[in-house]
Order: sequence, then structure tokens, then C-alpha cells
Amino acid sequence: MIATLRHAGWVLRGNPVTAVATLGAVLLLMLAAFAPWLMPYDPIESDVASALQPPSAAHWAGTDQLGRDILSRLMAATRLDLAIAASAVGVSFVLGAVIGSFCGYRGGRLDRVVGRVVDVLMAFPLFVLAMALVAALGNRVENIIIATAVINLPFYIRFARAEVNVRRDAGWVEAARAGGEGHLSVVLRFLLPNILPAMAVQISLNLGWAILNAAGLSFLGLGVTAPTPEWGIMVAEGARFISAGQWWLVAFPGLALMLAVLCFNLLGDGLRDILDPRMRT
Amino acid sequence: MTAPLLSVRDLSVEFRTRSGIVPALKHVSFDLAPGEMLGIVGESGSGKSVTAFTLLGLLDRAGRVSSGQAMFGGQDLLRLGQGALNELRGAAMSIVFQNPRTALNPIRPVGVQIADVIARHDAGSTATLRARVLDALRQMRIAEPERRASAYPYELSGGMCQRIGIAMALACAPRLLIADEPTTGLDVTTQAAVMDVFRDAVRRGGVGTIFITHDLALASEYCDRILVMQSGEVVEDAPVAEIFTRPRHPYTRRLLRSTPSSVDVIDDLSPDEEPLPPAPPRGDRLAAPVLEVRGLSKSYAFARPRGLSNFWKPRDTAMLRAVDGVDLVIRPGEAVGLVGESGCGKSTLSRMINRLIAADAGEVLLQGTPIQRISPGRFASLPQRRLIQMVFQDPTESLNPRFSVFEAIADPVGQLLPHEGRAALRARVERAATRVGLPLALLPRYPHQLSGGQKARVGIARAMVVEPRLLVLDEPTSALDVSVQAVVLRLLTRLRREEGVAQLFVSHDLNVVRLLCDRIIVMYKGKIVESGTAEQVFNRPAHDYTRSLLAAIPRLRGQRALGAT
Repeated sequence: MIATLRHAGWVLRGNPVTAVATLGAVLLLMLAAFAPWLMPYDPIESDVASALQPPSAAHWAGTDQLGRDILSRLMAATRLDLAIAASAVGVSFVLGAVIGSFCGYRGGRLDRVVGRVVDVLMAFPLFVLAMALVAALGNRVENIIIATAVINLPFYIRFARAEVNVRRDAGWVEAARAGGEGHLSVVLRFLLPNILPAMAVQISLNLGWAILNAAGLSFLGLGVTAPTPEWGIMVAEGARFISAGQWWLVAFPGLALMLAVLCFNLLGDGLRDILDPRMRT
Repeated sequence: MTAPLLSVRDLSVEFRTRSGIVPALKHVSFDLAPGEMLGIVGESGSGKSVTAFTLLGLLDRAGRVSSGQAMFGGQDLLRLGQGALNELRGAAMSIVFQNPRTALNPIRPVGVQIADVIARHDAGSTATLRARVLDALRQMRIAEPERRASAYPYELSGGMCQRIGIAMALACAPRLLIADEPTTGLDVTTQAAVMDVFRDAVRRGGVGTIFITHDLALASEYCDRILVMQSGEVVEDAPVAEIFTRPRHPYTRRLLRSTPSSVDVIDDLSPDEEPLPPAPPRGDRLAAPVLEVRGLSKSYAFARPRGLSNFWKPRDTAMLRAVDGVDLVIRPGEAVGLVGESGCGKSTLSRMINRLIAADAGEVLLQGTPIQRISPGRFASLPQRRLIQMVFQDPTESLNPRFSVFEAIADPVGQLLPHEGRAALRARVERAATRVGLPLALLPRYPHQLSGGQKARVGIARAMVVEPRLLVLDEPTSALDVSVQAVVLRLLTRLRREEGVAQLFVSHDLNVVRLLCDRIIVMYKGKIVESGTAEQVFNRPAHDYTRSLLAAIPRLRGQRALGAT
């Protein structure tokens, strides 16, 4: 564990961009975890008397049309958006890695069938598919997660399949079989851990993308519903006020969205270096 | 003496790495006369490839020349810019790379690639270019050069690819040629053919050649002079005859004694090591065999592309008979060598014996119990799995990069002896490590932190830890340096003499097999063509293929030809 941390430190020192991204991601996670205690105001309760105030000492990011503190709403939204993105990516990673690994390892008919299904899934415009899924299943948080997971799944299956395929005939896989390991355990205990570093990059990029996706769905009204604080809805609701010069309603949630996505995108490569034991000396 | 073609003086190179600056070459000096073939011999990490790349200006970005000069045609190669070097490279000096397959562009016909090199330095009409390409191919004794010129690298064998590589290097009649282990990975017979063509072409053109290799015997057959390198320094520089009769440096002597072709019995190989236990008396020839194989066969289907017209029809079933009716008996404590060129089916056979893949026909009896009906997937979980273990070819590639040494050795125990407690497991792993000479301090390390020899030991410990009765070794030393190979060969002999574990040694290196095995089986195109005691096979080969195999083995100068009577 200590060795891992020391190695992580070494990677981060050599790569300041990753270090900044890591810092940002950690801040976001802390914000999400401690949002209920950090929020200066209640994010839902309206206070019409102080509606549409520009950023000030009392309200750092201003207030919206119902007088709710935007900073508090942003913090609450971080929690929700990250939770949606993380669970969606988690689901598609676990399913995709397992399905893809078995396809790559076994090959043959299973691989061909799954491969074609994946091709068909990828042929859909993915965002439209997600919209259709949410519209069909209903406007609920778990349905956004399902929709996001489904549209990410094909990428994980393909990725895991390709990565396992190149390692399937490696000497250490044969050695494991000679050592009495069954097929199941070869895939789960030998192959999967070895493709993790490569998949970490995919996961990280995907997290950013999943956040955008969840926000996009909500922006279109096909996701989280008002008054729940969520970056996408906040942008959608605030958009009406831009022409009146009340920029802070849109700017801050938009900025939060952008920074979160940027963080996870930059994190990817560094994560691979940290997770790969061969990079250690 | 004529002026040297290339004169290297006081060359030092260092590399920037994570653990600071590491010197790769230390004050290397040598001369190369025109038309001379100079062998640079050394083990991995000795700096022989760095020397080649530095001279050609192809040094990695982390590397830096810290001192020295290399005079070639009145210019110092180390001080030329990339532009001037580009003019020289390919024309006045060129290189033959180690792996012919990766050195050729896979999506261009080989003839076009040779034409590219010629056109780069000496443009001419298409017709003259074509003629020169065909001429270059003919020089390499490539049959049907017109047809070969339009072939893609994947359509050619490894030996043919390397001939193309050499043709490309010689296409512009260079004065200096560097060949970096050009025959590594080729079969002995192919190696001999490629080296003969190479030497003749170089002689004819009067090209000064630097031939880099780790194989002393090969260097002694083809070179005029040999440079021995050790950790970045030239330790010996002498004509071939002298280096083998009167080696001056202790490292040269050690290298010589580690070369399998230099000795007659395994006990003489690197005799500085701890002496081997005496060979036990030859076992009873009638003892129940550990392994008996009868009529084992395996075919693979050629993959044929499917067009639209036959898309729905069953796949064309042209079959390649990889292993064709093989019989084999191995008795307890016996070492059997299985020899043949790549593609002869020896790897398929060893994997079938191990039940890693299923056979199409035939019987495999392990201590008298037939196991061929058990599917490979199920065999993994049976107690018999323990009796037969395998050591794989490349020690680096056969270790899971995410398992520590302890986990790697302990893994088969967890599967095959699941009832042992933690303490017993630890003791067992430590015993296995000690037996193969692996320091216990290395147990928590990961494979990338080990040297090649240590990794080889881990591979052997992993196979030995469950106390098998038969060890199948698939070219276990082909990826190792000679001195490490010598240590591993001695280790294997020791294990066999002390514990009586039978060994099936799969290899293409007859010199190694001769030292290790009581009995030799020669396989050719899926069939066993010859089988007998080592002495019989070497001195009275019965099959033509065996004879050509024996003739192709590189020999140290002055050594009597193997198989000659």
C-alpha cells in the first residue's frame, strides 16, 4: 500500500497535469461527500425576496429566479451528478469487462454473436438511444443510470475483448492452466487484473462523458426533474435569464460541468501509469 | 596494413534513467578493416547493440555520447548532423536488424521496399530500379526473384524475410554493414543457410561488417576477428583462432566454458559452479513408464477466406496435420530430448501431453492411466495435473506481471494441493525457491524486477513446487544468455539427478539436448523420423533430416564436427 502511494507520488511529480487533475478529482469527490455539511443554504427551499441576486459576499455564486443559493445548489448537484456517472460507469465497466473478457478468451460463436450485437448497439446515435431509453422507462435517477450504462457498455465489451485477445495466448496464461487453473479463474484472476491499467484510462474518460450525458438528458427534460439540484437542469433553467444579463445562473453550473469533465479526462493517462505494476522499479 | 575503414576511439555513451545516469559504453575502441568481418560478442546488457546504434546515429533519445570519435571515410560519425547521416545511412553504411519480421514494412511488397532504399540514394529509371532489385534478390539466392519481389512480408518465411533484409542493406553497395543478431529466432538449418548467403554477399562486395551476436560458436564460424564485450567495455579483441586457443580475459574464458558446444558432458559446463551430484545408475529399462503416448494426432484447419457465395456453407476443411501419429515412452528419471525445426509440431505435441489442448486421436497414458478422454478444462482440476508440469519458453512472458514471485510459485499449490494450510504453503514455496537457487528475499518482488535468469528459476520453481513426476520443458533456455543458460542447464540436471523427475526437453538446439538428454527424438513435419540414444543420433544419424540438422550446428573453431565418424 505504501509502495503504491510512493509510486503514485513519483508518477504525479513527473506529470504536473495529472497531478492537477488528481487534485481536482479529489476535491470534487470531497465536495460530493461532504456537501450536506458544506452548503451555506438549503438548496431546495425558495426565498422569493432575494431572487436573481448577482454574486455577492452572502451568495458567492448569486441566487436563481426562486432566490435559491446557486453555490449550495451546485454542491448538492455535484453529489448527484457524480453518483449517477460513477454508478453508470461502474455498471457498464463490470458487465462490459466480464462479457468482453469471456468473448475474447473463448472466441468462437459466443464472440461472434456478442460482437454483432455490440455492432448494432454502436450503430445507434448513442445520445438518442439514451433519450429513448429514459423516455420509455420513465424520468427517474435509476433510469438515467441504466440508459448511460447501456450506451457505454459496447465500448467496454470491445475494449476488454481486444485486450484479452492479445493476452490469451501469453505464456503466463498457459502456465496458469498447467498449474491447475480452470478457464473461469484464468479469466477472472489472471486476465482481468492485467487489463485493468488499460481500462482505467477508459473508465476515467468515460466518467467525464457520463457526467455530460446525465446533464444533457436533464437539460432536455429527460432526466432528473426540478426542483432537484442538477447541473443540466440548472443550465436549462438559467438559460432563460441570459438575455436579461443574469449570466451567473448559467455560467457557474456550466463551469462546474466543464471542470469536472476536464478533470476526469486529464486523469486517464496518469491513472494507467499508477496502476501498472511494470511502471514501478 | 591498409587504413581502417572504421576507427572507433574512446567511445562512451550514457543513458538517463529514473535511477540517474547509467553508463552504457565505457571507452570502447576498435578498428574495422575494409572487407573484414568483425564479431562483437557479449551477453544482454553488454553494450553491443548500443555500439551499433551509436555508430549509425540511431541512439535512443535518453542516450548521450559523452566522449570519443568514430572515423569513417574521413568524417567523425558522432559529430554529423541527422541530414548528413541520412545521406550515409543506406548508401555508405547500413544495418540488418534483429527481427526480420518487424524490420520490414508489413503493407508494402518486399521488392518495392528494396527499390525504395535504392531510389533514396541513387535514383534511376523504373527499369533499372527493377533490374537492381532483382539482382539484389538473386545475390541472396532467392529462387524466382520476380515472384518474390511482389510478395508481402507475411507471405514469406522468417529466413526469407531476413534474406530480404540483408538484400535491402546491401542494395546500395555499402562499405560498412552492421548486422545486429540477424539470425536470432531462426532455426539452425535456416540460420546456416542465411549466414552462408550473408557471408558470401559480404565477401563479394568487400564490405566491412560488424556482426553482433551472443553466440560464440556462430561468431567463430563466420568472423575473422572477435571483440568480447562485458558491461560496456571491450575486454578482449583478437583474431578468431587466438581467442579460442588462448583466451586472455577471464570473462572470455567463462563465456567459452558456458557455451554448450565447448564441452562433452554437462558436468564440464561452467565448472566453477558447485559440482553436480553424480548421475544415478541408469534406471531399469523395464520400469513402468511415467508417460506413454500412442498414435497421438492433431490437425488444424487452414482458415480460408469466405466470400459471399459460400458464406452460409460450412467452412472449407483443408487440414494441416500438425502432429501425425506420434508414439513416445518416457520412463522415470529419464531425460528425453524432442528436437525439430519451428512448425514441426513439437510445441503442439508437448501441449497435448500436458493436456493444455485436446488431441484428435491417440492415447496418452500418465502412469498407466489414460487421460486423453478428459477434456483439457476438466483435467486442470484433477489430481493427475500435479504429476505433469511444464516450464515455458520465455521466462518473461510466462510470468503473470501482476503476481509476485511468491504468488506465482504458490499458485499451482493453491489449485492442486488445496488442503495445505498457510504455513505449509509458505514452507513449500520456500523449499522450492531454495531448491532452484532463488534467494528468499526475492519472493515479494514482481517479475519486472528480476533478471532473466531469476525469472527462469521462478518458472522452474513453479513447475517443481507440486512435485511432478514429469517435467515438460519447452525451449526453456532459448531466451537466455549463454552463462545463464549454463546455470539453468546445470540446475535441471541437478533436479533430475537428485529427485529423479523425468524430463521431456523440447528444443531446436541440438548442442543443448546432447548435454542434457539420454535419448533424443527427432521430429519432422509432424512425424517422428528418428529416435535413439544421444550417442546414436549424433554419431550414426539414420534420417536425412537429422543429418542436415547436425551439419547446420555452429561449431567452435577447432572443434571436431559432431556426427563425423
